Amino acid sequence: MKLFRLLKLTFWKSLAIIFIALGVVAAVERYSMGLGATTHLVDTFPWGIWIGFDILVGVGLAAGGFTIAATVYIFNIERFRPILRPTVLTAFLGYLLVMAGLMVDLGRPWAIWHAMVMWNPHSVMFEVAWCVMLYSTVLALEFSPVVFERFNLQRPLKIVHAITIPLVVLGVVLSTLHQSSLGSLFLIIPGRMHPLWYSNIIPFLFFISCVAAGLSMTIFESFLSSRAFGREVELPLLTELGRVLVVVLALLFTVRIQDLMSRDALQYVFQSTYQSYMFIGEITIGIIIPFFLLLSKRIRTSQKGLFYSAALVMLGFVANRMNTAITSMERWGQRTYIPSWQELFITIALATTGFIAFYFIAKHFPVFTAQHERGTIHAREHEVMEELRLVSK
Amino acid sequence: MTTSKGLLIDISKCVGCRECARACAEANNLPQEEATELSATHYTVVQSYFDDQTFVRRMCMHCNEPTCVSACLVGAFRKTETGAVLYDESKCIGCRYCMQACPFEVPRYEWSKLSPRIQKCKMCYERVAAGGKTACAEACQFGATTFGDRDELIKEARKRIDENPGTYVNHIYGLTEAGGTSVLFISNVPFEKLGFPMNLPNEPIPQLSWRVLSQIPKYSVAAGVVLFGIHWITARRTEVARFEAEQRNLAQRN
Repeated sequence: MKLFRLLKLTFWKSLAIIFIALGVVAAVERYSMGLGATTHLVDTFPWGIWIGFDILVGVGLAAGGFTIAATVYIFNIERFRPILRPTVLTAFLGYLLVMAGLMVDLGRPWAIWHAMVMWNPHSVMFEVAWCVMLYSTVLALEFSPVVFERFNLQRPLKIVHAITIPLVVLGVVLSTLHQSSLGSLFLIIPGRMHPLWYSNIIPFLFFISCVAAGLSMTIFESFLSSRAFGREVELPLLTELGRVLVVVLALLFTVRIQDLMSRDALQYVFQSTYQSYMFIGEITIGIIIPFFLLLSKRIRTSQKGLFYSAALVMLGFVANRMNTAITSMERWGQRTYIPSWQELFITIALATTGFIAFYFIAKHFPVFTAQHERGTIHAREHEVMEELRLVSK
Repeated sequence: MTTSKGLLIDISKCVGCRECARACAEANNLPQEEATELSATHYTVVQSYFDDQTFVRRMCMHCNEPTCVSACLVGAFRKTETGAVLYDESKCIGCRYCMQACPFEVPRYEWSKLSPRIQKCKMCYERVAAGGKTACAEACQFGATTFGDRDELIKEARKRIDENPGTYVNHIYGLTEAGGTSVLFISNVPFEKLGFPMNLPNEPIPQLSWRVLSQIPKYSVAAGVVLFGIHWITARRTEVARFEAEQRNLAQRN
């Protein structure tokens, strides 16, 4: 059994090494030969999977960060605290990877600081850029107690604790803005996009779907880390998240169909085109199936059921963002886009780096500790809740 | 030098000699090679339709309220006093949102370069600012490309349509499209058959994002207040619960 585990680890390890090595080669080529030689991006198709996946999906999957932070700090639902730190870590790493992806995708990455000093408030991209900068800072601060605890730095720990609530409020506002603004990016191109994805409420759609994706990521990541670290899964908590997911998915489905109807675009769903199949696939895999799965109590309370439902929601979410950024733009026959191997492997290498970073940090820093933040007001509240439960029995 | 300039392109008069494209390449130090699609080295091209029956010039439309100007996060684009929309490479970070946003799909990228720039027609800004015409208008021998004040060009276009009944489609493309453009087209063939985007709104396209962006400050403040409020209430509730639990504990002990 032990040998089997070791072998398995080695397999994943070697796979990771291959992915990252290929990613590094691809990155070297991208910086030495330019975008034209290493990507399949062209004038009529200037955004590919680096935007569609690395940025749109990366940010979306980080949405668990603000949802769980709001649950614990704003709504004071203390029992979710055990999954707060891993979720914030996921979000923070997600944002770091988004920035790494940007540095690859931007044509003039050395000029990225221009975003800080050259302002154009009329640009959605301006909003996006500032949200990335500010929310990454907030996430770093939200995660910083873990680092301070690890090295026993009491003074900075105190300071961060003192500003926790304003920080979380700022984080919730910023990430709400950021998630929706990624959708707003597409508001300006009504003519280019397929009507199944272009909508004047796309910022709102992006927001609802990111909540579903973020919660699923939280579930997914909990299971993976429980396997990796041999921890027990917080099943009751994740089951509750599953219940929230049911509601969010139902809302998402309703709003999307209503939006199509109000734009008279429902007809496109049944046109038997490439786009209509992609749309049906996205909705079925990412919304309808997991909705019915999670509706069942048996599945919702089982580890496997939850895990696969969450995976489906994430898959559907990835499909939605890729469809928005890529499929919907392939409206005219002459524009098909398939990423180059460099585009693909930089993306895969970034995701792999994310997994490794999570594993390393979770292993060496107090991420999965039930007893953290003892001595602070929150830990006291936790004790009170425990006490309350005892009393009410 | 304050009236906005423009170009009137009369598709019915174009014979497809491509002198405009050659003059453009010369004026902008671009390679002299024939092309059918815009690119980083072709600011204008002449496209052929219906077996060389009809020719259509493609180029930047120089919108009155350009989408690229509003889309660029660092403000690398600006609408100048001549009407030309110009790009400043020293600001650009290379996000290519302008390429994505432009309703006419005009901005082109130097994909092969390590320090790529956006390239497109500059409506010969220097020449026009010095009182001259654009290179393409100067080169056109057939009256297919006319340079002038935009207001005058609109009158001229109207006149040509009215005085030649049956010749032209009764539409000046660029008069209201996307809020109006400095480059105007009139044609003897319906525009939808010549690859012109026909589904553009008549209001400036930047409005589409501004409607949302302008709401953000007040929304953010409201959201912040609500969140603090919720926290205040839930924290208070926890505190009360704790107090009551203590009281109950005391009562039990007594």
